[in-house]
Amino acid sequence: MKHIISVLVENRFGSLNRVAAMFSARGFNLESISIGETEDPEISRMTIVTRGDDQIINQVLKQLNRLIDTIKVTDLTRQPHVERELLLMTLKLSKTTQHEIFELINVFKGKVVDIKQKSITIEVIGSPDKINTSIDIFKPYGIKELARSGVVAIHRGE
Amino acid sequence: MHTTGQILNGSEIFFECLRRENVEYIFGYPGGSLLKVYETLHDVEDIRHILVRHEQGATHMAEGYARATGKPGVVLVTSGPGATNTVTGIANAYMDSSPIVVFTGQVPSSLIGNDAFQEADIVGITRPITKHNFLVKDVKELAITIRKAFYLATTGRPGPVVVDMPKDVLAATCAFEWPETVEIRGFKPTFKCHKNQIEKAAHKIAKAKRPLLYVGGGVITAEASEELRTLAIKYNIPVTMTLQGLGSFPGNHPLSMGMLGMHGTYWANQAVNNCDLLIAVGARFDDRVTGKIDAFATQAYKIHNDIDPTNVDKNIKVDLPVVGDSKDFLASLLEEMPEKTEDREPWLADIQKWRKKCPLSYTIEPDSLKTEFVIEEVSKQTAGNAVVVTDVGQHQMWTTQFYTFLNPRSIISSGGLGTMGYGLPAAIGAAFGVTDRPIILFCGDGGFMMNIQELVTAVYSRIPIKIFLINNSYLGMVRQWQELFHKEKYSFTDLGDSNPDFVKLAEAFGCKALMADNPENAKEAIKIALDYNEGPVLVDCRVVRKDMVFPMVPAGGAISDMLLARLNPKTMV
Ligand SMILES: Cc1ncc(C[n+]2csc(CCOP(=O)(O)OP(=O)(O)O)c2C)c(N)n1
Ligand SMILES: [Mg+2]
Repeated sequence: MKHIISVLVENRFGSLNRVAAMFSARGFNLESISIGETEDPEISRMTIVTRGDDQIINQVLKQLNRLIDTIKVTDLTRQPHVERELLLMTLKLSKTTQHEIFELINVFKGKVVDIKQKSITIEVIGSPDKINTSIDIFKPYGIKELARSGVVAIHRGE
Repeated sequence: MHTTGQILNGSEIFFECLRRENVEYIFGYPGGSLLKVYETLHDVEDIRHILVRHEQGATHMAEGYARATGKPGVVLVTSGPGATNTVTGIANAYMDSSPIVVFTGQVPSSLIGNDAFQEADIVGITRPITKHNFLVKDVKELAITIRKAFYLATTGRPGPVVVDMPKDVLAATCAFEWPETVEIRGFKPTFKCHKNQIEKAAHKIAKAKRPLLYVGGGVITAEASEELRTLAIKYNIPVTMTLQGLGSFPGNHPLSMGMLGMHGTYWANQAVNNCDLLIAVGARFDDRVTGKIDAFATQAYKIHNDIDPTNVDKNIKVDLPVVGDSKDFLASLLEEMPEKTEDREPWLADIQKWRKKCPLSYTIEPDSLKTEFVIEEVSKQTAGNAVVVTDVGQHQMWTTQFYTFLNPRSIISSGGLGTMGYGLPAAIGAAFGVTDRPIILFCGDGGFMMNIQELVTAVYSRIPIKIFLINNSYLGMVRQWQELFHKEKYSFTDLGDSNPDFVKLAEAFGCKALMADNPENAKEAIKIALDYNEGPVLVDCRVVRKDMVFPMVPAGGAISDMLLARLNPKTMV
């Protein structure tokens, strides 16, 4: 099963490396990892997406906790949380497709970030599911390039 | 002694911090990045620097010292090759949870990342084999980093910590500040066991008809032998120990089952198979202990105490996890135990039957020498009071079987990593730490050559270790597997034509040396060696060449399927 794990780590050179290296050393699956500063500049938040049965996820959580640079490890999967991912994508553009593309951007509540004669770059924000769907839908128009941020997630407030 | 607020350079701060950590010995080797440190060291009188002959030796010495004393071992090496030479020793300390702090010199900060002369990314290299590691970027961070390094190495589950110190940091100056306390927000080990879990455990123990204590190195680290002894004896619970746990319970006590696992005793493994309650204390269900997981202790309710939560439910699913310090675990259990427990006599009688069925035995012949005899004789002559260090191989397993360990911190052996070459330096390190007990080394002829250079270190410091070179002129343990499982293809394990004359070799190092090749002269040589305390002494024990260690659980096999003797008598000596 897929799990989203939120990890607060010391905002220090090497912290990301320690986490990533632990995953590869122990053979854990690492689907995505994203990291950024929090409100406290000394602490970063990492969002990790991984897969495994309960026993494996248990080990993942414990091994994360064991790293000295990790301050707090939370499995968000079974708690109320919000998850979002950002997609940037450049599509081929032509007179015939232009109209449809613009309509679809609206459907996905996306934005145009750049437009040229023969290409258009858009952004879509949403759950990983929504991002997957939008990629599928846009594919027939010709994707020239795409980049996904990986998931970031957070507890829902009280 | 320097005072707080005094302006010091990085090297002076380094020694001042070690002083405040009560470091007695540094095992080290100089080099370009450490010139400033060695300049300062020249006038340091209260900390002894031991010059090793290879940096790997320094790490094993530090570990031997740490395991013998319980205090952290300290290593000091230069950048690049000096640092990379420590990798095996660090990995070994990591696998066996030994507290060592390794200080590495580094190229100047401005050159890091430039492929500078003697640069190696030792922080990157050692990340997966250290408990934690640091690169010190500012001299103002040096003292607090050293403080943290010792704290991390020794607190909770111990382990190696690396501190990488660039050359410019060691020369820069700042006002010295010694932090009295350390606070690491990402490191808060649980010492106190959960009361509920203890109550449940006590209840289970009282109700069990066939309980078994399975005890690992954690009990020795936690200094909990006394509590273990009380619990086992008071409630009549037999105790089996891992390689690292030997000595935590006296080997001569009727409740002692010896070691379990691949080369454990038949009766210990039978007890594991038949117990209805397994109480694992400070042990980690290593595959050399469990054999085939699905067949391990299938009838037992399993309680597992460990200070490291990652050890729980890692290899084997347990019924009652109790995270916390093993001393707290055992002491709290003693408080919670009810007066009345189930009768254990029938269980102990079963164990007695297994013990009789397949005892550990060997034959003595007047004109050939057996490793078992040498070890048992040393055990007798030292009355089980020595600190026994081993290398890796057959002689190591025989040591677990034929030396009777009576006290904790009596066996120092590479378990998790199985590092040949560990024994000699580890014995030297142990001898620096412990001077009131004899230090014995049982070492194979293969492994001895892997850190032979450290004999110089022992001779120079007149370290009275007693080296019993178990010389079968074979990489014996590999030969054993070749005979049993690889069609008797003895590929590159016969050292008969290539081994040196070990007596002459030792003498060339300035080490006293003797030879033994039968029980009679072995007995005499052991006596001479034990009485000689002017420096190291080596006894070249020319043992029978093709002996095998039994019983044995084939790798990955169920521990109920032990091989009890050689399958193919035609290859007997
Ligand atoms: C550094 C290292 N290399 C290889 C091995 C694999 N190995 C395990 S036991 C052994 C043979 C050891 O031979 P020896 O030191 O003579 O001891 P014996 O088994 O004969 O007692 C070998 C090669 C190892 N454990 N460590
Ligand atoms: Mg040998």
